[in-house]
Amino acid sequence: MNLSVLLWGIPQAMRVVARIYPDYAARLRERNLIAQFRLRDQPEGRWIELREGKIRTGKGLHAKPDLTIHFKTREIAESFLTPPFNLLERVDAAKNFKIGFDGPDDLAVWFMATLARLETVTWKAGTDMGNGVTRYTNGTNTGPIFVYVKDGKILRTTPIDFTDEDPPSWTLEARGKTFKPSRRTTVASHGMCQKSMVYSKNRILYPMKRVDFDPDGERNIQNRGKSKFVRISWEEATELVSKEIKRAKAVGPGAVCVANGSHHQWGNLGHYLSAFNRFWNLIGTTKLVHNPDSWEGWFWGAMHHWGNSLRLGCPEFYGTVEDCLKEAELIVFWSSDPDATYGFDGTERREWAKQLGIKMVHIDPYLNHTAAHLGGKWISPRPGTDAAMAQAICHVWITEGLYDKQYVEERTTGFDEWRAYILGEGEDGIAKTPEWQEAETGVPARDVRALAREWGTKKTYLGVGGWGVGLGGANRGPMGVQWARMMTILGAMQGPGRPGSNFGNLQFGAPLDFNFYFPGYSEGSFSGELQFSANSANNYQRMPHIVTMNTVRQSIPRIWFPEAITQGKAMGYITDVSSVQGQFFPFGYPSPGHVRVEMLYKYGSASFGTMVDSNRWVRMYQHESLKFVVNQSVWWEGETPYADVILPACTVFEKWDISEWYNVGAGYVHHMYSMNNHRVVTMQHKAIEPRGESKSDYDIFLAIAQKLDLGAVYSEGGTSELDWCKRVFESSDLAKLISWREFLKKGYFVVPPDAEAARAPTAQRWFYEGRKKDTPEPYPMPSDYVGGYGKGLQTPSGKFEFVAQTLKRIDDPDRPPLNKYMPRYEHPSRDPEVADLPLQLLSPHSRYPFHVMGDDEGSSLLDIREHRVFKDGHYYLTARLNRADAEARGIKDDDLIRLWNHRGSVVCAAQLTDRLLPGVVSAPTGSAQYRPMGEPGKSTDLGGCVNLLNPSKSITRKSHGIRPNTTRIQVEKWTGVDTWQPLAESA
Amino acid sequence: MAKRWHLIVDVEACNNCRACFLAVKDEYTGNDFPGYSAAQPAQGHNWLDIQRHERGSYPLVEAHFVPVMCNHCENAPCIQAARDGAVRRRDDGLVIIDPEKAKGQKQIVEACPYGAISWNEEKQLPQAWTFDAHLLDQGWDKVRAEQCCPTGVFRTLKVDDAEMRRLTETEHLSVLKPELGTRPRVHYKNLYLIETCFVGGTVVHEVDGIEECAADVEVSLQHEGREVGRTRTDTFGEFKVDRLPPNSGPYSLLAKGPRGESRLEFSLGVDSPYLGVLKLR
Repeated sequence: MNLSVLLWGIPQAMRVVARIYPDYAARLRERNLIAQFRLRDQPEGRWIELREGKIRTGKGLHAKPDLTIHFKTREIAESFLTPPFNLLERVDAAKNFKIGFDGPDDLAVWFMATLARLETVTWKAGTDMGNGVTRYTNGTNTGPIFVYVKDGKILRTTPIDFTDEDPPSWTLEARGKTFKPSRRTTVASHGMCQKSMVYSKNRILYPMKRVDFDPDGERNIQNRGKSKFVRISWEEATELVSKEIKRAKAVGPGAVCVANGSHHQWGNLGHYLSAFNRFWNLIGTTKLVHNPDSWEGWFWGAMHHWGNSLRLGCPEFYGTVEDCLKEAELIVFWSSDPDATYGFDGTERREWAKQLGIKMVHIDPYLNHTAAHLGGKWISPRPGTDAAMAQAICHVWITEGLYDKQYVEERTTGFDEWRAYILGEGEDGIAKTPEWQEAETGVPARDVRALAREWGTKKTYLGVGGWGVGLGGANRGPMGVQWARMMTILGAMQGPGRPGSNFGNLQFGAPLDFNFYFPGYSEGSFSGELQFSANSANNYQRMPHIVTMNTVRQSIPRIWFPEAITQGKAMGYITDVSSVQGQFFPFGYPSPGHVRVEMLYKYGSASFGTMVDSNRWVRMYQHESLKFVVNQSVWWEGETPYADVILPACTVFEKWDISEWYNVGAGYVHHMYSMNNHRVVTMQHKAIEPRGESKSDYDIFLAIAQKLDLGAVYSEGGTSELDWCKRVFESSDLAKLISWREFLKKGYFVVPPDAEAARAPTAQRWFYEGRKKDTPEPYPMPSDYVGGYGKGLQTPSGKFEFVAQTLKRIDDPDRPPLNKYMPRYEHPSRDPEVADLPLQLLSPHSRYPFHVMGDDEGSSLLDIREHRVFKDGHYYLTARLNRADAEARGIKDDDLIRLWNHRGSVVCAAQLTDRLLPGVVSAPTGSAQYRPMGEPGKSTDLGGCVNLLNPSKSITRKSHGIRPNTTRIQVEKWTGVDTWQPLAESA
Repeated sequence: MAKRWHLIVDVEACNNCRACFLAVKDEYTGNDFPGYSAAQPAQGHNWLDIQRHERGSYPLVEAHFVPVMCNHCENAPCIQAARDGAVRRRDDGLVIIDPEKAKGQKQIVEACPYGAISWNEEKQLPQAWTFDAHLLDQGWDKVRAEQCCPTGVFRTLKVDDAEMRRLTETEHLSVLKPELGTRPRVHYKNLYLIETCFVGGTVVHEVDGIEECAADVEVSLQHEGREVGRTRTDTFGEFKVDRLPPNSGPYSLLAKGPRGESRLEFSLGVDSPYLGVLKLR
């Protein structure tokens, strides 16, 4: 289109839209300015003046414009301005300097956003339900929900019921029965408490500054966590933060450090891999390297037997729901509690298995939620010792010939050595008999024999960890590496991929369409980060956006973040999933040419609840070298006051985002949505205005960016969150099936399932049958096959390796190539410091909150007495004790009790139960609260941070993994008087 | 015959995920529904609560969960206790505590034999779950607890008395505290899981001098001179005989297999006993 017509049309369009849409007219009143468009190569253009909402315009150039947007040539300008806009061309024009602007950054962002709004203001979101009620949709960390809004307030939130207009669901035929999933979304408790979280009394509503913090004078670092805060304006807050960023950057590369939790609120835009990454890449920061949280044993251990590095050492799961229901006779749940945190579509499928008469065995020191619901045999080994029981199962299988000999012969290596070890013909001379394990695990030898025989003669699914294919539980214990390795070995001895024999507990592997593309959060939406996210796999090609890069080459192992600050150094191993040997790379802090961290920007989450030996965190925050701390959070949590400036973020109900249910994306858990019975993409509608002065993460970063002249780069020329949602939508296969306007209005889309004949093949069957890999995952990378592309496993031999060859390439005393049983859990006979600690703490992921999310003090979850108990004006975390252990200590139900060891001391409320192995106490990690009775870090916590008790040692010596699943403690009735003192500051 | 609302709650299906508990909080917190209910306090009120029950003892133990809420009784003690018609029963059976008229009437809370009425200290108001009457009146066909329940615990029904009697018969439904004659409209399925006892144990025998689980062994339970239960042990030698009345006194148990038998006398109290390891000789 002709340039002068295009330029003439812009102010005309602004006038028309302002007349029809009051919101747009209001927008025009926000700023007075003169903006002009012009060509660089000739004096041609048009100016637009905004004054009190009125528009004046003129052809040609203005003498004194506030803002000039310039195009290199007429052709570029015409192409750039002619709708429908070609994003690839627009991004190309911006990043190759074919267009540019002169003028203040914030004005440019505002003006370009105002132009973009010409279109967005005409969009309509939500469904009118009558009586002034609008029904919106949103996505939570556990699933999509409807959000009913009236008078600007959330009325209710519910799971989504599908209608006849949504595509049909799949059906499965198994043993003469037809199964069809319920047509709806199911969400776990932390998705059902969202309204209470939005209106929580603990929302942070205004920017705040610590009262005794003076950036130009005394900073009173030692008072972090103790002093009060005062409200400040956004202007003051962003000015202060941007000045500190500049000050720290002047010290040297790496002085600014950013720390995020493992999770964030749901959404492709708002995730820490998106807005957060994009902004901080423009600043340059030291980052924390997360250990493979919740996958420790799989990543550092199991991977070496069969590869699967891009699945963190866990097995594939395609087709397993169908195969299990059709073929399996037994499901062994080993440290596997899928009903705990992850929603309930899988629960329906497990109920089908029960209807079909598939037998179930549950191995866990706690009769967990899934076990209590499904029934079956419960076996309760002492925490940490499970690997001994697994070896005794091998002993029975070998001595009685109850394993898949053909598979072992053709598809594995190292079995002779393994057999010799199990039979006691190896170095140690000890036969790993059921009787041998009984002394270690406490499980009767006869039970192990009965289980081994049942398993060895029936087609069996082995469900490992919460998902059945890894995650949580025993793999996070001090012997988690040995346990996870044993699970792969048990699986291999029964020929996984054989019909009815595989990994899983029906939580993963529903027959969905795995080829339909919608991005997961690991792709980072508009982050531009290509190195440390899955952006480059699909998103970068499909959604043109400007690349960003962190130029600071310094990072800190997250487990030892406190040591990095307080001692100035820390060493860890990289969580590199691209290959097996990727995990052998040590890295240290500080990096060459970089400086020590001076400023920390904490982004969401509450580390005291999720990180181990977390009194260390207090010492870090109060350390003199940490000159400035920002905490950007939605809720006031235990960690929040350990800051100098607090910035209030809003919830997903107060901003725009877009996402798919349980789609975390490639590189994290590819096709994780196979947990669900349907793929559901949701618009995350902005249902209400942000509470108080809170802002979306995107807008907070934009406000700071504008102080640093980075606003236009950060927002790619004033792109709003809603615009980004549309760009994500258009980058996906969704755009082929529904229009943007219809999707925005309805808010959700159910992806049609594959026809039965087109369903993904069953996991590992290709390998079992000696064929090329045919499951729809791009793993391993082509270069990691040794026997030709698609042939064999990602191991040096291409086979399953009973003796892991890759472990010969690193000399880790805790990970010998042959998975010997090595008692590494704390025990008085080995560790004098636990001599007076008779009980074993089991601290799994929490069932009701999602880690710390949902545990804030205003959440409705707090009234769940299996989570917290209200007593003396406070909600105390529930700790479960075996009835006998409680009675021996004079403890009754709901009594306040103190759990302690030499690292920490935590008051909980007792819940007596017979569902626990005697001698074991179960209390989940994941408290959002931290309430030290006295001096922070040196006194008893009333908030329920059980992780204060867990050790910070790595899961093996040459790795970087926490092991929070179990430690030694003592329990006593709480007297109300705090006499606890730390034994010594941990290393 | 007039159709009235009823709710069927299946105790066996509940895994304590708490979705229903949270849905009720979500619905009533911060929302006034004039004529039906005043807003519930943000915390501390559990209009739909879930009671935890364990049966048995380590290592043979079960966990069961019973959602409890206002029963919307046909003979509601709260109606009788209320002054000025502050509690009324609608034609569709639902019992509504009027959020205006009931102010200050704490005796309404005390009148409920189920403890299902909460006292709102701030508003000086007795409050209970309204069966989501405001939603049903807007056309909802099920209560929110049913809409969000992932395991199918709840069934919302609008049926006449004859149909309800038929369902009670065919599905073996019962109510809480039937002896009070309150005639609740909330009916339970599988309430035996908390109202009766089981007895369980583990049967073992020796094979070539090694102790093994004795699978598929017949176990017979005798009470007052007659057999009250018969079962077979599973792969792990475990057995369970269920639905025994609590406090029913002396029992004798016989496990009989090819390698011998084991006999045990015990007395049944309120708890479900795990009899331990029985060795066949």
